[in-house]
Amino acid sequence: MLQQKEMIAAHFRKLGEARERGQKVVYTFVPGNLTELMLAFDALPLHPEINALQSGMRKLSGEYVAEAERAGHSEDVCTYVKCDVGMLLKGNVGPDGTKLPEPDLLLLSYTGCFTFMKWFELLRQHYDCPVAMLHVPYQADGEATPDMLEYVVKQLRTEVIPKLERVTGRKYDEDRVREALVRSARAEDDLVRVLETAKHRPSPIDAYFGGVYYIGPMFTAFRGTEEAEAYYAQLRAEVEERLARGQGPITPEGLLDEERFRLVVEGPPNWTHFREFWKMFYDERAVVVASTYTKVGGVYDRGFRHDPARPLESLAEYCLGCYTNLSLPTRVEMIADYVRDYAADGFLINSIKSCNSFSAGQLVMLREIEDLTGVKGSFIETDLVDPRYFSASNVKTRLESYFQMLEQKRAAREEVPV
Amino acid sequence: MKCFVGIDLGSTTTKAVVLDASGAVLGRGITNSRSNYDVACEIARNEAFLDARVNLLQRAVEDKPELTEKARGLPYVLRRNFQRAQHVHLLRELEETCTVNARRAGAAPDVMDALREVFDQMENRTCKAFDQNARPRSDFFRDLASAEYMRLGQIVARRRRVEFEVLLGIFDKSIIAVESSVPETSLQETMEKALEHSLPLFDLSADAQRALKGLVDAAVARRLTTAVTVGTGYGRARLPFLKEFIRSEILCHGLGAHALFPGTRTVLDIGGQDTKAIQVDADGVVTSFQMNDRCAAGCGRYLGYIADEMNIGLHELGPIAQEARKRVRINSTCTVFAGAELRDRLALGQRREDILGGLHRAIMLRAMSLLSRSGGIHDEFTFTGGVAKNAAAVMALGELVEENYGERKINVSPDSIYTGALGAAIYARRAGAGDREEQLAVTAAGGAR
Repeated sequence: MLQQKEMIAAHFRKLGEARERGQKVVYTFVPGNLTELMLAFDALPLHPEINALQSGMRKLSGEYVAEAERAGHSEDVCTYVKCDVGMLLKGNVGPDGTKLPEPDLLLLSYTGCFTFMKWFELLRQHYDCPVAMLHVPYQADGEATPDMLEYVVKQLRTEVIPKLERVTGRKYDEDRVREALVRSARAEDDLVRVLETAKHRPSPIDAYFGGVYYIGPMFTAFRGTEEAEAYYAQLRAEVEERLARGQGPITPEGLLDEERFRLVVEGPPNWTHFREFWKMFYDERAVVVASTYTKVGGVYDRGFRHDPARPLESLAEYCLGCYTNLSLPTRVEMIADYVRDYAADGFLINSIKSCNSFSAGQLVMLREIEDLTGVKGSFIETDLVDPRYFSASNVKTRLESYFQMLEQKRAAREEVPV
Repeated sequence: MKCFVGIDLGSTTTKAVVLDASGAVLGRGITNSRSNYDVACEIARNEAFLDARVNLLQRAVEDKPELTEKARGLPYVLRRNFQRAQHVHLLRELEETCTVNARRAGAAPDVMDALREVFDQMENRTCKAFDQNARPRSDFFRDLASAEYMRLGQIVARRRRVEFEVLLGIFDKSIIAVESSVPETSLQETMEKALEHSLPLFDLSADAQRALKGLVDAAVARRLTTAVTVGTGYGRARLPFLKEFIRSEILCHGLGAHALFPGTRTVLDIGGQDTKAIQVDADGVVTSFQMNDRCAAGCGRYLGYIADEMNIGLHELGPIAQEARKRVRINSTCTVFAGAELRDRLALGQRREDILGGLHRAIMLRAMSLLSRSGGIHDEFTFTGGVAKNAAAVMALGELVEENYGERKINVSPDSIYTGALGAAIYARRAGAGDREEQLAVTAAGGAR
């Protein structure tokens, strides 16, 4: 966790110094990010939604959201957007206190979230810089077809790469991309191994609250770097050691030694009350064994790996396959698989109040997963970074009720003579 | 006698249910939650034990053929008189506190006189709530005392040319202190006084009176020991119980509804600030639930606010709404806006009955949305919580269920407000059963005082 924090902090320092070092800065998003490509051009990626969630964790987001609302953004707009816009209006000082560099390019490499497009429209108005847009078709029928792949690869060649060349003044060097992809795939192997240790009972990791820290480098500016490769090798070694010792996950209050509930979680965590939210789980000895949020920047545990032999094709496949680009039936199937494969006692949907594109259909998903697995789910509502939408007593009441319900069901099952 | 207690600390009222070892309900008690959950908990529990003694007395009376005929109902009259005695005791305490507070604030002699006059008249008037044929209304001390103090205070202040606000300030300062203390009344003494008041209402021979007195003494002296107490509801975290004895209100309502109506599969509970839609299996185990969040429009407090806006009592809302000839559309997404809308409708000349009719439908529309999110309405459907006492709400719900789901058996119990406490009491009894009984009884008694 510490190393991960240090990596993120170092990245913010680099961003702060980018201008002096003559490095170009590319604003882009986590889902479908083209990190290896950007690194091959020596450009530094900056993720507005990561800034927003960092601001949320550091209790700054409330003020930023309010600032954006004063500027005319409605209460119903995505709070990541409002947090980012508010931060911009207040001088674009990043979550760690350093002023963030302006973008040289806005690279929209994922379009499954409609809000992303609107978000970058706002940023373009403000910065008046070039925009590269990669249109990524939604997997409406549950698969990425060869046509879709070809379509995305073509855009990479004709839209994204030429714009990166123009902005950075460098030629596209496919060998550099391949080198990075080799490292990506190795780190991805390690990450998957870490996530899958949760199949063990007790799980040595929490795959949601703890998982957020595990995916950090992979999902942001580090995929394909030597640092990331080293980080994941070390993480894997640590977690495997915990597994061998039969230890449970680490929480902010120490080791969780007695696993009572194994859960699968759908939806991002709430960032403004992250610790408080986590505590509601570990106080009840509930461990999240699998989550979909840890797949928004790549669904590696279902087989996908970046492939140096097919650099652009594998980047296109990656964009098409990230969790947010999957259809409702695919998401249902994936969560149902998690419930079974990770022997979960239950699953929870944390629906995000201000996220229209991702929260839609979650109640239907709940019912379908229940039908598929025979495991009962629970549903709560919070928000990403708007502190006003986290009602602690309400969430706690629901979670407690749910845990007691699971316990009661378990007791009833145990009473049945075999 | 070994008892198991369930306590439901709601946002508006606190309820207690006492079970005997066989699981039969011995007694129920309710009080307003006030700002002090500890006191509310204790008072509701005391009420429930009083109710238990009264019910035991009733059973004893029924067991004696020579008393049954002539003393029928006497235990209940006795209870009303007991409650009246408690009420008078509190009223005296309130007067004393008001006097001390007024003096401390340096109130003028005419204010002190006005205060005395108000309290002189209050006892007679507020005690009417405890008459045998009293109109059903809240008999919580705070509600009775403040309604009457407001009314008398205004009259007396006008006549004596004293500022009403000054009287009001004295009351506000004093009521919380009085309400936050548990009245120290002796059961034995108060029961004797209550019996003295009650006996003249019944035509009983000297022998019968003696026999009855013997039964009352026995009911008072009976040892009722609490084996386990389980708490639920919003204030549950405040309860001085072990975590093991605190259950979620969702589970308690599910189980309580199952106990009242064993065929229950779907439960709707509307309380002060919560609406819960719960699905249960054949054993009363919760399988799915949905709760309102972020907003409590459409709950009990919403109705309370509307009643205040219309200047009528909460208990009058339902009966008035049932007189509706048509239903005016009222929004249910915001309590405060609904109030404004209501005034607007009244100004447009629409009938109060029709507006309230629409309002009851509006709150049930909200409940229907929650029900559908929890998995729909299955037979049988049980409606619980304070709002289930409102006949117009029950009617509006019935119509919507029919429109959306077709025919369903809808259960409403007169004791629906106690459903959560009942579920908690059943959990208490379960916790007390088996090998761990003794150990649990010890920890529970230690934890719950």
